[in-house]
Amino acid sequence: MNHDPYSWGRPSDAMYGQYNNAIANAPNTLEHHSSGSNFNENTTRPIVTGTSVIAIKYKTGVVIAADNLASYGSLLRFQGIERLHKVGKTTVVGISGDVSDMQHLLTILDQLEMENNYDNDEYSDNVDELQPSYIFEYLANLMYHRRSKMNPLWNALIVSGVDSKTGKPFLEYVNLLGVKYASPSIATGFGSHLAIPLLRKLADSEEEAAELTLEQAKKGIKDSMKVLFYRDTRSSKNYSLAVIDKDTGIAYDNNVDVEDMSWKFAKDITGYGTQRV
Amino acid sequence: MTSVGTGYDLSNSVFSPDGRNFQVEYASKAVENGSTTVGLKCKDGVVFGVEKIIANKLLVPGKNRKIQTIDRHIGCCYSGLIPDGKHLVNRGREEATNFRNTYGKPIPVSAMSERLSQYVQAYTLYNSVRPFGISTIFGGVLKTENGGDNKPELFMLDPNGSCWGYKGIATGKGRQTAKAELEKLITSETFDFSTLSAKQAVEEVARIIYLAHEDNKDKDFELELSWCSLSETNGFHKYVPEEVYNEAVENAKSAVGLADSDESGEEDMEVDAQ
Repeated sequence: MNHDPYSWGRPSDAMYGQYNNAIANAPNTLEHHSSGSNFNENTTRPIVTGTSVIAIKYKTGVVIAADNLASYGSLLRFQGIERLHKVGKTTVVGISGDVSDMQHLLTILDQLEMENNYDNDEYSDNVDELQPSYIFEYLANLMYHRRSKMNPLWNALIVSGVDSKTGKPFLEYVNLLGVKYASPSIATGFGSHLAIPLLRKLADSEEEAAELTLEQAKKGIKDSMKVLFYRDTRSSKNYSLAVIDKDTGIAYDNNVDVEDMSWKFAKDITGYGTQRV
Repeated sequence: MTSVGTGYDLSNSVFSPDGRNFQVEYASKAVENGSTTVGLKCKDGVVFGVEKIIANKLLVPGKNRKIQTIDRHIGCCYSGLIPDGKHLVNRGREEATNFRNTYGKPIPVSAMSERLSQYVQAYTLYNSVRPFGISTIFGGVLKTENGGDNKPELFMLDPNGSCWGYKGIATGKGRQTAKAELEKLITSETFDFSTLSAKQAVEEVARIIYLAHEDNKDKDFELELSWCSLSETNGFHKYVPEEVYNEAVENAKSAVGLADSDESGEEDMEVDAQ
């Protein structure tokens, strides 16, 4: 579609008078936007980014993983950036997309957790611990609110955890558009193309996920991380892996490496870049 | 109070000819009948204790907590008008949030004391408001990794807005006894803050509250104990765990000569018996 209002057609000048160009002289290239334009423009692209987050439910919990890399465009700029975050006692939030927006989200989540804990100390009344579903709804509202302000947080989030009252695993997704959904296996970014097929092979439905053991789920996630490292040029070998289990709580390892790789196929790949075949 | 009835005590912020602000002094009266509250520093933290008089047998034991958390590392308790205290704690939480948003780290206890005392003092300046009817004891320890100095701090804030740092302090009905006990403890020759552990401080506070309750023996009470210590709670303000609590109460009872047997059924101190 041509976004230039001039080309949309308008009622005749005879009827409505001369068109006032000042009302909507929308420029149609980015260069024009920054100078002398009469509308505001918020984030239009992420700058420093984190790639996929992947997660799958199993019998008594959820396994979630994300690598520890923040890229600046195609430059693998910052290593050791953790993108999985514990919130409350039974929730881990995985964040992909813009890293500065992620850091902003973390301060918000920290405040949320603290406000909840004021009168919910473990030896206090303890009536309303933060559940994964609470955190998810809060974040989903926040993301939708920000996109409705035309000022989105450029992220895709996966909220994973276990409801501490019912013991049920929880896994849901929300992104910068405010779109949300739940599924037994979820991935953001490239992961939704490369990891989801592998994870769905393990568990295609809630019923199948309820049969999955921790070992199976963990292996599925580790294999998917390997495939992502093979195929996603913005990914790193080093990643974080969290298991949230209804019995054992959160087990978080921020230093896992992709193992047992084989790059033998690499020499046979042809047809890229300056390579002459 | 010879000047009572002269008219200078009717409005807040008005001095009497001899330089007193009666409304603020009356607010202190509200504190003097409040529940006994004790704060004590130890080598790596602070301990709070509150004597909670059971006003009604229908109240659920162990609930209706009086000690509150201002920030993760700051505990707070007060005697006087409870809703005034809740309001002040809310203000403290706002200040803590504000500080964190501005400087990106938790608020030091001393900075909190400045902000809270300014707030309370402002309520002595206008005749459209009344002063806070509470004396607030608050304190904590901020770890070096969070921008602090690992040193425990303890303050008491009065209705007139003055706020002093203490090694140990008490307010409320039993303050005379409690303060005397604290002085006895802190000035004794064998006493040394650098060796007083949080657990020992809990024992002392429990004992002092029980002792101070002796003057008010006809009323049942529940003891509330909380602490914020580097070694015990990793710098977080938390309620004292059940085992430590029970042990402290046992020892306190025997220290003031209340054998458990002759009091059984009368005083149910089990916080977590719900």
